[in-house]
Amino acid sequence: MSLDDATKLPAAKGPLVYRQSVWTRVTHWVWAICLFFLLLSGLQIFNAHPALYVGQESGFEYDNALLRIGAVNTPEGPRGRTILFGQTYDTTGVLGMSGPQASPVYTAFPGAVTIPSFRDLATGRVVHFFFGWIFVGALFVWFLASFINGHLRRDILPGGRDVAGLPRDLADHARFRLHHGRLYSPLQKLSYFIVFFILFPLIVLTGLTMSPGMDAAWPWLLDLFGGRQTARTIHFGVMVLLVLFFIVHIVMVLLAGPLNQLRSMITGWYRTAPGTPREQGDRP
Amino acid sequence: MSRLIVNRRRFLLGSAAAGSGLVLSGCNQFDFLAQRGNPVREVIEQANVLTYSAQRALIGDQVLAREYAESEIRQGMKPNGSTEPSTPEYMFLRQANFEPYRLTIKGMVEREVSFSLAELRNMPSRTQITRHDCVEGWSCIAKWTGTPLGPVLDQAGVKPGARFAVYHCFDNIQRTVSGDILYYTSSDLVDAYHPQSILAYGLNDEVLPVSNGAPLRLRIERALGYKQPKYLHTIEIVDDLSPFGRGKGGYWEDNGYDWYGGI
Repeated sequence: MSLDDATKLPAAKGPLVYRQSVWTRVTHWVWAICLFFLLLSGLQIFNAHPALYVGQESGFEYDNALLRIGAVNTPEGPRGRTILFGQTYDTTGVLGMSGPQASPVYTAFPGAVTIPSFRDLATGRVVHFFFGWIFVGALFVWFLASFINGHLRRDILPGGRDVAGLPRDLADHARFRLHHGRLYSPLQKLSYFIVFFILFPLIVLTGLTMSPGMDAAWPWLLDLFGGRQTARTIHFGVMVLLVLFFIVHIVMVLLAGPLNQLRSMITGWYRTAPGTPREQGDRP
Repeated sequence: MSRLIVNRRRFLLGSAAAGSGLVLSGCNQFDFLAQRGNPVREVIEQANVLTYSAQRALIGDQVLAREYAESEIRQGMKPNGSTEPSTPEYMFLRQANFEPYRLTIKGMVEREVSFSLAELRNMPSRTQITRHDCVEGWSCIAKWTGTPLGPVLDQAGVKPGARFAVYHCFDNIQRTVSGDILYYTSSDLVDAYHPQSILAYGLNDEVLPVSNGAPLRLRIERALGYKQPKYLHTIEIVDDLSPFGRGKGGYWEDNGYDWYGGI
């Protein structure tokens, strides 16, 4: 049986279940918008000093950088160069140097993935902090609502059964055998748990650690992350993980049936697989 | 069935094409946000007001920025912004080893006062090893020695109703066809009276060098680098920032950077 048979055979439909509360749906789309702007304005901010360090400060007279993106002059002309963990890569066209050959642009990340598309740190910061506030506000609303309506306990926090079912679920996912049950599968729970309880708090707290004002208020932030520059590096790393999450998220939505998935995140109603036991409140 | 499969495939291809199209076309559809004074930008700039209010509410007025150990000074202080002012006034003072230099406190004060460097050096001093955070993203730890600003302001007597201190500097940060633009910035009186806000004349146990703001640089340790004015000559106490520059309270602020600078 192929994975999308369930949505193809009208005779063998499972019940339509109310899966996503209005709190989950609204915060989901608010985050989608926020993360788009936060990513692109964040890359603009990164371009103002395209290097990442470990520790309290940035080494100018010594080297504590993990990543450096820039342009260098070579006998063949300027090239984009990225140094990551001591390894040097030629990243011409993507990082350090991009744009048309006649008039290349020497920014770390190309203008296609920054807001604004040209160098403008001030605007990047204005955009970043505006959406940062909304992102954090939505996070508070979601945590509160999900605690009260049971979404956290039911769908996010992995329980004993989820841990036991994880190997099986991993194997199923590897074979693209996706279940359209009433509840999230163990792997889904684990992914959302990591995003909500690890990645989102980390990216907010490391963002705050870059604020000299917040470092005075909460000096433990500096100790927790091992310094302002380490926090900046972690902030960037978590961004990369969230981009990876986004890619997997989109691929899974497409594989699992994009229309059904989109409907559940817009109206709340989700079509389950044939044979799913009917419960009170379901629709045919 | 096959029709459905084709549609599904088409949908996938279509969404992939639309998605990559959005990325490839870049984000210049949001470039309008860069226009200073654009109404949408003015709305989202209000987030900076929220940040300022939130940090003032959250952070006690006297709470100190972290101070570091001597062993954490691993390099010289990186100079940034103006490093060699070329205005005639500054060049004259520099040639005279800053002997004729005076720091003036004026505006909404009981009495306008001014101090020579020797007078400032004879006042009680404070030495602090702090981390300088540039708005660009880098940080540098250095030891600063100077006169706390609060008691200096008290000698002038700040009048009731005053809200801001404007810091006027010698350096021509930008040279335009219509003349030099001189650096200035400003802070509220909380930052001006903060115990770590010092008029620094010493850096890493030596006399403050020209590249780092000689003869006098203000440190506001809970804010970013552009709130640490170099080549400082006058502090003006005011209740309104709009008469200065383009009215946003500082050179970088006039260029779209947030006024508070605490994040």
